[in-house]
Amino acid sequence: MQSFTKVKTLITPLDKVNVDTDQIVPKQFLKLVQKSGFGKFLFYNWRYDDNEQLKSDFVLNDLKYKNSKILVAGDNFGCGSSREHAVWALQDYGFSVVISTSFADIFYSNCFKNGILPIILDSKTVEKLQQETTEVEVDLKNQIIKTSSQTIPFDIDSHKKKILLEGLDDIAHTLLYEKQISEFEKQSKIPSVL
Amino acid sequence: MNITEKILARASGRQRVSPDDVVFANVDKVMVHDVSGPGVIKVFDKLKKQGINVDKLWDPTKVWVAEDHFVPSADKVSAENIVKLSNFTKNYGIEKHFKYGMGQYGICHTLSHEEALVLPGEVYVGGDSHTNTTGALGSFACGLGHTDVAYVLLNGKIWFKVPQTLYFKLNGKLPDHVMAKDFILKIIGDITTEGGAYKAMQFGGSGINEMSVESRLTLCNMTTEAGAKNGIVEPDQKVVDYLSSRGATNISLIKGDDDAEYEKIYEYEGSEMEPLIAKPFSPENISIVREAPSVELNKSYIGSCTGAKYEDLVAAAKILKGRTVKIRTEILPASISIYKRAMEDGLLKIFLDAGVTVGPPTCGACCGAHMGVLAKDEICISTTNRNFPGRMGHVDSQTYLSSPLVAAASAVTGKITDPRDLK
Repeated sequence: MQSFTKVKTLITPLDKVNVDTDQIVPKQFLKLVQKSGFGKFLFYNWRYDDNEQLKSDFVLNDLKYKNSKILVAGDNFGCGSSREHAVWALQDYGFSVVISTSFADIFYSNCFKNGILPIILDSKTVEKLQQETTEVEVDLKNQIIKTSSQTIPFDIDSHKKKILLEGLDDIAHTLLYEKQISEFEKQSKIPSVL
Repeated sequence: MNITEKILARASGRQRVSPDDVVFANVDKVMVHDVSGPGVIKVFDKLKKQGINVDKLWDPTKVWVAEDHFVPSADKVSAENIVKLSNFTKNYGIEKHFKYGMGQYGICHTLSHEEALVLPGEVYVGGDSHTNTTGALGSFACGLGHTDVAYVLLNGKIWFKVPQTLYFKLNGKLPDHVMAKDFILKIIGDITTEGGAYKAMQFGGSGINEMSVESRLTLCNMTTEAGAKNGIVEPDQKVVDYLSSRGATNISLIKGDDDAEYEKIYEYEGSEMEPLIAKPFSPENISIVREAPSVELNKSYIGSCTGAKYEDLVAAAKILKGRTVKIRTEILPASISIYKRAMEDGLLKIFLDAGVTVGPPTCGACCGAHMGVLAKDEICISTTNRNFPGRMGHVDSQTYLSSPLVAAASAVTGKITDPRDLK
């Protein structure tokens, strides 16, 4: 996994709430498990018309946002199925930060396994960010978002911050402690359940 | 401690846990299916490249595999996934692989109870968001992403933050025309689709004691739609009887302490419940059936882990007996065992006489995979669990969620219909 420190790009404003994982990657693509390439299916039904032509009125198809790495969306982002393909698609498309007022639990957890930083902010701040027209910097180390006019702090669990900064997924991070874990397991007498 | 806390305490070797504690818990059972399985295989491939040993699972006897989303294979790619899954279970020595065309198979969450794969007090995780369903047996059951499932398969453990618990108390029995589905829709309407986010949703009270195990499964199934970490019911003799009749032994009951704490308690009177629907495009968009918009339906779909258990089919049969459907109607029993009982008890004949198409067990059109997906502008009433845009097919189709009674009554009239109003 690549380490995450800072990104500075335009914000892609997705003015929708309850974006579920089927909107992020529709079910017909779940059958595919190739290593990468899910980016082309991201928000498929919003991006393409029935003839698979790009819809000009969808924000991702606005060339202005071509290099954007920061997605800002409405409440309850990532609800619905547990498909990790949703995070793979966002990442493959080029997003590394998703900002919303809230995230569905499994989606939120999947982000950290794939190097995406999900940030939770209050609804006023999210609305304001969606109107931001100049580049915005997300600085994970200092836990701040810098816009042209203000600096917005954000919260993140210290462990999750560490694994993103170091570019370790949970498993790679756990393996750093392999020696201590096996020591502990030799001594511990955790009873199995029932 | 309440039941969720007690299970997590025991699984992590602690005397006591409280909400927001982070625990490292031993997992008792793990499930993957034909979408999450290939996803896990992909994670394994990645780990292998990083030099991590993925040659052996922690305990293949605790893992089972379902084929449900795209089976019977919907196309070439899904057929290849089934082959991949079969190779996976063979290579890792997983014996509990329920294959279509080879006896019992069905939707993963249905197999968990039909095959008594999970017992009260166990920690059960699966590569599917509706894994919450199985909490109705008194287990801690929740869904995980592919990476987390891969980790559990290799290590047999995973960390959890102990959730706060919301307690939903149902006083008195639900009326005959009201099903558990109506009750859970009512709750989701009240607390919204974010209302249970990272919380345990526990159901209790005299109305729940009266409820069948299958009805409790419906409640826990849709805690997912409220964003919950898990849904749970304290197990009782009904659960013991249910599981032992399916071959389970050594069932011990686990209950919360008398001084168990809950973040919030919600109370409902069973007698006041009404048949409900969730209108497009959210499970929280609730309306009483008698006040539902008058729309011309194109289809009625009775299927999925939520709405095609045996008692769901019995409810549909009660309505469809001696009647004919006015719109396309499909019934897909959730497992072969249910299919067989429906045949033996004469339900299939009632369905076929009414004009219904009876399909094989599969997630099918619930997730828009195959077996009757919706066209542009089509409107469906469905016993499934989600009605997000495009969930059951075209992005411009619409789904109303309901109980099997309402879906069957609406199949007869072609409009959203309260079962009491059928002539």
